[in-house]
Amino acid sequence: MKAGFVEGTIGSLLAASEYAATAEQVAAAGGALQRVDPRVKAAGLFALIAAVALSRSLTAIGCVFVAAILLALASGIDPRLLARLVWIPVLFFTGAIALPAIFLTPGTPAFGFGGIAVTVQGIRSAGFLIARAETAATLSALLALTTPWPWVMKALRSLGCPIVLVAILGMTFRYIFVILRTAAEMFESRKSRTVGHLEPADRRRLAASAAGVLMSKSLHLSGDVHLAMQSRGFRGEVYVLHDFHMRTADWWWLSGFVLMTAAAIWFGG
Amino acid sequence: MHIPDGYLGPSTCIALYGGAAPFWYIALRRMKKALHTRMVPLLSLFSAFSFIVMMFNLPLPGGTTGHAVGVGIATIVLGPWASILAISIALVIQAVFFGDGGITSIGANCFNMAIVGSLVSYAVYRTIAGRTPIRSPRRVAAAGIAGYIAINVSALMAAIEFGIQPALYHDAAGAPLYAPYPLHIAIPAMMIGHLTIAGLAELVISAGVVAYLQRAEPGMLRATAPGARTEEDFSHPALKPLWTALALMMILTPIGILAAGTAWGEWTPRELAHAPVGLQHLASFWTAPMPRYAPLFLRSPSFGYMLSAMVGTGLIILVFLAVGRAAGRRPD
Repeated sequence: MKAGFVEGTIGSLLAASEYAATAEQVAAAGGALQRVDPRVKAAGLFALIAAVALSRSLTAIGCVFVAAILLALASGIDPRLLARLVWIPVLFFTGAIALPAIFLTPGTPAFGFGGIAVTVQGIRSAGFLIARAETAATLSALLALTTPWPWVMKALRSLGCPIVLVAILGMTFRYIFVILRTAAEMFESRKSRTVGHLEPADRRRLAASAAGVLMSKSLHLSGDVHLAMQSRGFRGEVYVLHDFHMRTADWWWLSGFVLMTAAAIWFGG
Repeated sequence: MHIPDGYLGPSTCIALYGGAAPFWYIALRRMKKALHTRMVPLLSLFSAFSFIVMMFNLPLPGGTTGHAVGVGIATIVLGPWASILAISIALVIQAVFFGDGGITSIGANCFNMAIVGSLVSYAVYRTIAGRTPIRSPRRVAAAGIAGYIAINVSALMAAIEFGIQPALYHDAAGAPLYAPYPLHIAIPAMMIGHLTIAGLAELVISAGVVAYLQRAEPGMLRATAPGARTEEDFSHPALKPLWTALALMMILTPIGILAAGTAWGEWTPRELAHAPVGLQHLASFWTAPMPRYAPLFLRSPSFGYMLSAMVGTGLIILVFLAVGRAAGRRPD
């Protein structure tokens, strides 16, 4: 079989599993952010992301980025891990989009490059795009890497997210890994049964039937899960246990997040 | 098409969160009413499926590969409202946990892909598929076209959102603060990739899965085919050879005329040297409308044979249909 399609899909599926496993491992390790009340952490990091989106100053965004790196270090997150998971992919994606802007944005020429002028406005615009994308992605990764998903869900519930959505989000996250494993096994078994080269049309047919089988399995599984839920007394009402308690340290963290957000908005305004 | 943080300005993000909210609200209410206790597991599992499908590396014509959103197939199987919720939930998890798409742009991503994508898919699919049977090839084409158009309209929405940023947000020197390209650059840049690669990926997955479900689980295509005709049993691929053979046999019925003599045991009193009295008496008791398979108004015995075969077969089919209906069986 031609390398690429099946291997690529298995690679994507395994990368998602690997990311989740890494997140679980980091979240279980001791660190500054891991000890913070998830409600404070989620609200604080979301507020900082909003501040980055609002900011009109590259310096202010840069300061938040440095603060995010310090938070990562204090939480025992290796910067190389952040570089692999966040910084390099974001730089490649956003960098590719931002690069032409330095030539295409009209404005004051900064210097020439092969007969094409690079403008000051273009450099500044590309800088904003990359800085915002990198900083927000780092803050978002800090939440995912230092908080188990069920806690994120509970935090969202505490922050006013509708309970039914919290339940669906929580269950979806759990079953993503069930379906992910099923999909990976389906492709692995198909790969092991296939000898020789598959024509492009056959590869497309294989992908479509794999998706169809997976959809059918998902819907049948949802029926089984529904019956299991009903047999345990589920009648449509969702309850989430609240067992978070604000400690003194959490109040300090909350104050810190408020101050950082206010400063980012003030200096970036 | 997953817009990251930093590409859209604050007011655009807020407007798109605001634009998405009523759709989420209506979808949630409709689903709660329609599914009740089934809503949570069904939407969860389908959202998880949508998440995984977005990771499929789809082989496309020309040798390249692409990723689909799966909005076309989600809409066709679940209907537009459930699809809005399922795709939105998958997008939220992608953004919050996997960092694919921004937190501030969740509203925009859901509006473009989940809401616009689902509604466009539904409209296009229903328009093209019409009331054709569930197993009709037209439904496969409709699904492919619906997926292709939906993803391109979603991309166009994203391109417009990008394209208005330089006009809305720039500093005193004119440097754009968010997405830097105006509409005349953003739209072609976005659409070229979607009209070619991403659109084809959506077409392949939508049409391919519908073709697969037609063979394996046609019941899953019923949600968005309320008026689908049920003559499909008559055009079912497995029955086609039987219908062809039946038609051939009807055409060949005049061959019987070539045979010399009469069929054994089917004699008339005139063909017997000494016909029994009872036979002579009962032979005139019933005169068939088409005696000897030759209607009286037709001169050609060959054509008469064929016509008789057609009438006879038609009557038998009608009787079986009537019995089926009376017994409460639907042809599907």
